[in-house]
Amino acid sequence: MAVTARPKLDAQKLRADFPIFNELIHGKPLSFLDSAASSQKPRQVLDAMQRFYETSYANVHRGVYELAERATAGYEGARETVGRFLNAPSAREIVFTRNATEAINIVAYAWGMNNLGPGDVVLVTELEHHSNFVPWQYVAHRAGADFRMLPLDDEGGLRLDALDELAGTGRVKVVAAGMVSNSLGSVNPVEKLAAWAHDRGAIMVCDAAQGAPHRVVDVQALGADFVAVTAHKLCGPSGIGALWGRMELLQEMEPFNLGGHMISRVTFEDTSWGEVPAKFEAGTQAIAEAVGFGAAVDYITEIGLDAIEQHEHELAAYGLERLAELPWVKTYGPPADRRAGIISFNVDGIHPHDVAQILDGEGVAIRAGHHCCQPLMAKLGVAATNRASFYLYTVTDEIDRLVDGLHKVRKILS
Amino acid sequence: MSDQLYREVILDHYKNPRGHGVIEDADAEAEGFNPLCGDEVSIYVSFADDDETIEDVKFSGRGCAISQAATSMLVDMAKGRKATELAEMPKDELLEEIGIPLSPIRLKCALLGLGVLKIALHRAKGTPLPQEWAGLDELEFK
Repeated sequence: MAVTARPKLDAQKLRADFPIFNELIHGKPLSFLDSAASSQKPRQVLDAMQRFYETSYANVHRGVYELAERATAGYEGARETVGRFLNAPSAREIVFTRNATEAINIVAYAWGMNNLGPGDVVLVTELEHHSNFVPWQYVAHRAGADFRMLPLDDEGGLRLDALDELAGTGRVKVVAAGMVSNSLGSVNPVEKLAAWAHDRGAIMVCDAAQGAPHRVVDVQALGADFVAVTAHKLCGPSGIGALWGRMELLQEMEPFNLGGHMISRVTFEDTSWGEVPAKFEAGTQAIAEAVGFGAAVDYITEIGLDAIEQHEHELAAYGLERLAELPWVKTYGPPADRRAGIISFNVDGIHPHDVAQILDGEGVAIRAGHHCCQPLMAKLGVAATNRASFYLYTVTDEIDRLVDGLHKVRKILS
Repeated sequence: MSDQLYREVILDHYKNPRGHGVIEDADAEAEGFNPLCGDEVSIYVSFADDDETIEDVKFSGRGCAISQAATSMLVDMAKGRKATELAEMPKDELLEEIGIPLSPIRLKCALLGLGVLKIALHRAKGTPLPQEWAGLDELEFK
């Protein structure tokens, strides 16, 4: 494949791929600033799934007939695509899951329950989304292991200097961190955390749900042992995600879900497990969604992850600049050059629900709440924030409409 | 839509809440929390000499305009009525007073205060709690 330089993307042009932007919301054009929660879907992905259902659908891995072979080829082809996307050494290390949360639960249960015990330490960060926090908190408590949190600096960066002291003399077994914070947009130094984890003999688990849509995720360069991703945040369908794990770890692990397809041999007395990844894919999977996942990866890869990352940096810088014009708005998190396209903010004295509601009336969709990060909100000393988040189809006009909307919020509620 | 939602009476209650504060040594009190958005409401009740008529109600907490305004309106509605009457008060009576169409997620904001009041009365007077309130089971009460 010829390598062409694609430093920029044309968001205005890309918007034509997304039918949702034809919708009017309360009679106004849509300004969709909630892509960190879930992204919109391009025609290419919707068509790929529709085409699969119309021409290739059957259950996978079972039938001997033509359609079953087409369906299997579609499903396994998607696994190859996702494997290449993450630069996995082998596509067999890609386990399809419902979402990134389920991917982390597989590791927490199937690895954690069998490898953690009293005296062990599980270390997560204060930034974590509940998806990479609650499973570890629960499994650590169940296993009698210590559960500790890496603190943040004033800009929402991880205090790597606190690692050694935090670990103390405990046996650190798991370090779990997100690649990009879904609330603050901070980009975490996963490579450094992974190196530290491995020095300590721990495994590194990276939640890349918020990373993979926006920047290159190379599991080998990260040096992590497990990486979780989800399709719905990167232009793919909901209901499908993936766990990448190092093969030797996946092979040692017990299964998580039990049932059809994940077996090798079943007798009245006992069952032996199938090979990785089948061992972790019990029951009929989200087949067409896997095909959609593959199509979404193709779509964003064609645009170029570097171009997407650059576009979002520019939007974050523009958004922070525009919000800085409003003295009654407080933003949280790192400067633009160290953050993905996510801005959390509060309007003086006005609850985020009211902000989001009034903005909705203007056709501007933002998220208001704790963003599944209650420990972080407690740290920031707020109950909730507003969050505007951007993606490859976001244009500066949408940010301008956010700012106009915030003036209206003030007019109504102050 | 938002213009309709934040109509004048709601804004008035939000900006000038009735009965905002705390009753020390209240005869009944309870606290509620909406984990979806972090709204918090505490309600304090004192009874008249007959020990069943609500003489005074105050509330404290923080939250969105809808939750705070709805609780403020509830304070106006509750004073002078009997505990048993309020325990039986259907949620629609408050919703009619609020008088705006609420989406399911905002409904929880609007009903938080009423839920807290009913729990406070239940604790103090043993009045029955509502059997079913759409979505209210997601709220947490203390």
